[in-house]
Amino acid sequence: MDFSLSKEHEMARQLFAEFAEKEVKPLAQEIDENHRFPRETVDKMAKYGFLGIPVPKDMGGQGCDVLTYVMCVEEMSKVCGTTGVIVSAHTSLCIDPIMTFGTDAQKEKYLVPLAKGEKLGAFGLTEPGAGTDAQGQQTKAVLDGDEWILNGSKCFITNGKEADVYVIFAVTGKIEKRGRMMKEISAFIVEKGTPGFTFGTKENKMGICGSSTYELIFTDCRIPKDNLLGQQGKGFNIAMHTLDGGRIGIAAQALGLAEGALETTINYVKERKQFGKSIAQFQNTQFELANMATKVEAAKLLVYKAALKKQEYQSNPKISYSVEAAMAKLYAAEVAMEVTTKAVQLHGGYGYIREYDVERMMRDAKITEIYEGTSEVQRMVISANILK
Amino acid sequence: MKVIVCIKQVPDTKGGVKFNPDGTLDRAAMLAIMNPDDKAGLEAALRLKDEYGAEVTVLTMGLPKATDVLREALAMGADKAILITDRRLGGADTWATSSTIAAGIRNLDYDLIITGRQAIDGDTAQVGPQIAEHLQIPVISYTQELKIEGDKVIVKRQYDDRYHVLEAKMPCLLTALSELNDPRYMTPGGIFDACQAEITTWSRDDLKDLDDANIGLAGSPTKIAKASDKVRKGAGEKVVPESPDEAVSYIVSKLKEKHVI
Repeated sequence: MDFSLSKEHEMARQLFAEFAEKEVKPLAQEIDENHRFPRETVDKMAKYGFLGIPVPKDMGGQGCDVLTYVMCVEEMSKVCGTTGVIVSAHTSLCIDPIMTFGTDAQKEKYLVPLAKGEKLGAFGLTEPGAGTDAQGQQTKAVLDGDEWILNGSKCFITNGKEADVYVIFAVTGKIEKRGRMMKEISAFIVEKGTPGFTFGTKENKMGICGSSTYELIFTDCRIPKDNLLGQQGKGFNIAMHTLDGGRIGIAAQALGLAEGALETTINYVKERKQFGKSIAQFQNTQFELANMATKVEAAKLLVYKAALKKQEYQSNPKISYSVEAAMAKLYAAEVAMEVTTKAVQLHGGYGYIREYDVERMMRDAKITEIYEGTSEVQRMVISANILK
Repeated sequence: MKVIVCIKQVPDTKGGVKFNPDGTLDRAAMLAIMNPDDKAGLEAALRLKDEYGAEVTVLTMGLPKATDVLREALAMGADKAILITDRRLGGADTWATSSTIAAGIRNLDYDLIITGRQAIDGDTAQVGPQIAEHLQIPVISYTQELKIEGDKVIVKRQYDDRYHVLEAKMPCLLTALSELNDPRYMTPGGIFDACQAEITTWSRDDLKDLDDANIGLAGSPTKIAKASDKVRKGAGEKVVPESPDEAVSYIVSKLKEKHVI
């Protein structure tokens, strides 16, 4: 077992950290305040290949591994949770299923421009009545000649209005499974601008306020028959596979938020003076920081391990990384919430003020316990594996 | 078109400067980065690659650890990297360095050589122009803007109070200011390729037309007697006088207090 990073990963971290500091951090507060999608940052990330990190070069990507991608999300999230999730949703939730389940023609048409960052991706599974319970899907797709007709809506979609390519799940029929009638779910690729595909409400969120979270509405939306992703009826498997990978991305976002809050707090407690000395000299501060740093390190090891397991899966699809991904997300998200909350506490009154980064980090952290599978869902995944 | 960019790995002075007991820089204790002026020179070369398909070779002299900046240059888009490293070359001043690098460049074909104006660890601004002298080619220092027209370079040279527009026939050497451009980032894929790329390594024996009297510590006419960190000055005193008259009398009183007048 070797915990040291390769030269490649050290250099990649240096690159992402420098980019985050110079390009992402200066905008973090403003995009949060104005609920503004940072298009200029997305364009810069596209230019430098950050939107296609784990995609092979012959498909327009950077030809790097999952760990490099995870480090990108982590470093962006250290300074801006919004930027972290833009990369994560695009890469894990749109690129990954097309790369894994797409036909050669779909890869050529969609994966290449997505990996080059010419197009931005999104993923639509959640509906008002179907979050954790994917069987509650109401959106339907009916085959009509050479086209599928989509009707229904999706909610809380990250990169919602800003994306160009969407992986959408819809009910395509009913099948009998273990004596019960179940909804048959299939996955589709839908392009922005398709007639019948419109946007509904923009969500006004607690955190990750620069992220574009929208309702997607499909009204007799006709898409080519060839835009079925994977086999008909395999949508649930595709969704679960995709979320396994997505959870590693969100775990990396949570890790970054926790690390960012910890770093900010370390700097703050050295400068802040009370009772004639810096608050870093008080044992309470020291012990809190020690606990925070230890948890952050443990989260990092879980997240990196999940990334390496997914990498292993890519050359050996027989192995599963579901449990590693669920543990990484569960733990990193809870650490993010705990560490950002303690960071606010150690900042005292200033931590509650918008001008201080930890206030935003604490709001941003909360969502990591909720989206792409709540912490409770992660516990279900982990316990099901333990008890099987 | 072939462009050679000379780069140097320098200590990152942002984190403070550390010294060995003998007064020399404790390089091991400081983070190492690509010298900022050299990075601007590399970016200028990479723009010539983007525009004219120029082949960009980066060259450095230093410890084996200096391959880090060569890999960074490759990850930014340079095509080839050369490291000149040899214990016999250690302790070189600007004369010995420029003699050695010029000898390395004689092994290569080139149309243009770009160096940084100066390195942040020595601040001499001598090595670039000296390389040009050794190679007997024109040099234009302090490049703020750069254009290529046929076989000529047209350069806007920055001075403190003016600038000159100069033209030189290639091959020639330019020294770049960090104001020349905003260097690009590496790409993740570029990093992975750079870490697999072969870096050409030359020792003293690979360098031709180089007199041993001009290399290393022994070949360096400059001897450093002492080096020290900058003494940080305090923030000073800030006053906001109500009127110009009050400002004048305040300044005069201070000058008198310090016995200047």
